[in-house]
Amino acid sequence: MRYAMAIDTKKCVGCSDCVVACQTENNVPIGYCRDWIVEVTDGTYPQLEIELRSERCNHCENAPCVRCCPTGASHYEDGGAVLVTPDKCIGCGACITSCPYDARYSHPDGYVDKCTFCLDNRVKKGEDPACVSVCPTKCMYFGDLDDLNSDVSQVLKKRKWKTLIPEAGTKPHVYYLI
Amino acid sequence: MKEELITSGRMNPYIDPHLNIWHWQIPLYLFLGGLAAGILFFAALYTIQGKADKYPTAVKIAPLITPFALVLGLIALFLDLKHKLYFWQLYTTLRLESPMSWGAWTLMVVTPLSFVWSALNIRQIFPNWDWRYSWVKNIEAFFRKNIITLSWILLIFSLILGVYTGILFSAFNARPLWNTSILGPLFLASGLSAGAAAIVLISKNHFERKQMAKIDLIIIGVELFLIIHMFMGFLASTQVQIDAASLFLGGPYTTPFWLFVVTLGMVVPAVLEILELNGYRMPRWLAPVLILFGSLMLRFIIAYAGQESRWLY
Repeated sequence: MRYAMAIDTKKCVGCSDCVVACQTENNVPIGYCRDWIVEVTDGTYPQLEIELRSERCNHCENAPCVRCCPTGASHYEDGGAVLVTPDKCIGCGACITSCPYDARYSHPDGYVDKCTFCLDNRVKKGEDPACVSVCPTKCMYFGDLDDLNSDVSQVLKKRKWKTLIPEAGTKPHVYYLI
Repeated sequence: MKEELITSGRMNPYIDPHLNIWHWQIPLYLFLGGLAAGILFFAALYTIQGKADKYPTAVKIAPLITPFALVLGLIALFLDLKHKLYFWQLYTTLRLESPMSWGAWTLMVVTPLSFVWSALNIRQIFPNWDWRYSWVKNIEAFFRKNIITLSWILLIFSLILGVYTGILFSAFNARPLWNTSILGPLFLASGLSAGAAAIVLISKNHFERKQMAKIDLIIIGVELFLIIHMFMGFLASTQVQIDAASLFLGGPYTTPFWLFVVTLGMVVPAVLEILELNGYRMPRWLAPVLILFGSLMLRFIIAYAGQESRWLY
């Protein structure tokens, strides 16, 4: 099993519903976020192009945060999701520094926190992650890459996609449809 | 005009607008660790070579600083942790992939050894020191008997500690400025240079001062060579590393780096030491103090600038 997410940059309108849903679902402390919207404007006026992306931890297959964690608090969970065990985390900041996407933050309680793909609280109960389930344009797909009939496998087969900074060698599991 | 604008809705503390998670504790610790590594390296080296009498300060007196430096460094590291009560988790596992992990274990070896080495030489400061209990005296006798073995262990672990202070940074490919293997040898050289400077500063032995000053000159040469190569490497690399180098080549860290680290921390003390070796009278403390200052500034500037260098996507 390999969990992955595909996010359609053509459908995303940047409404931030995914951000609020995540904050509510996961009790994210005020002033912090596990997912966020990035708007990239590119081109020469008046030929400008905008790309909207809902970003989060990429749950990399070759995760630098797991590699550099001195205690093993950052680890791969079943299905390839990258999670942090708070009771093992010493708050050294190595994983925060190691992430090219800056997807992690230091929780006010001291340990490091980030997107979990809502693994324990939703996915294991058969539900989609909060961000996916709430998206008003239905621009996000979540599922198992090893299941060729899953939404995410199907959409990645049909559409063009990219991952973020593939040259960092992280092998992300969040795909952007372009 | 071609536009490329990236707007992010994320505003996480210590992460945005650029990474700012490591503060003064880390570079201070890296400096103290490098300094201790440098001093212990020379102490072990001259003991192995049988030159303890020629270099009394390097072997017997300067190492007395190292327990304090290492403990202060460890306190700084502890202060940096944000989940402090769980610090012991570091010592429940050894993960060779993680420089932070094997670095923590290296400290666990070097720090007690620095105490042992200092205990063996405590009579340099307190000539009438008595260990009182016979079992302590037995331990002392054991280490004195095996001083060469102890020196070899210390030599190897001081080198690991010195290199580790740089590898801690260079292992992060997310921060293009740090992501160069030059940083390991550069920080090792800087630590050895700081160690030699500390010995010059303390020593009252003319021969020893002269020799250590010569060694320092060579190490400064190596450091300058490594710095030039580091920038050559950056400029010949990908755009992110070209951008990283530009922090020091016209960017906000240009003046601090080239003035404090290279000029005041390396070139000026090198010139002062050359003049002194040629018989000119100089304030004896000036060159070593500048070297120590430069070594500290190198850590601070690399630590802070590295956190500002990043991938844009």
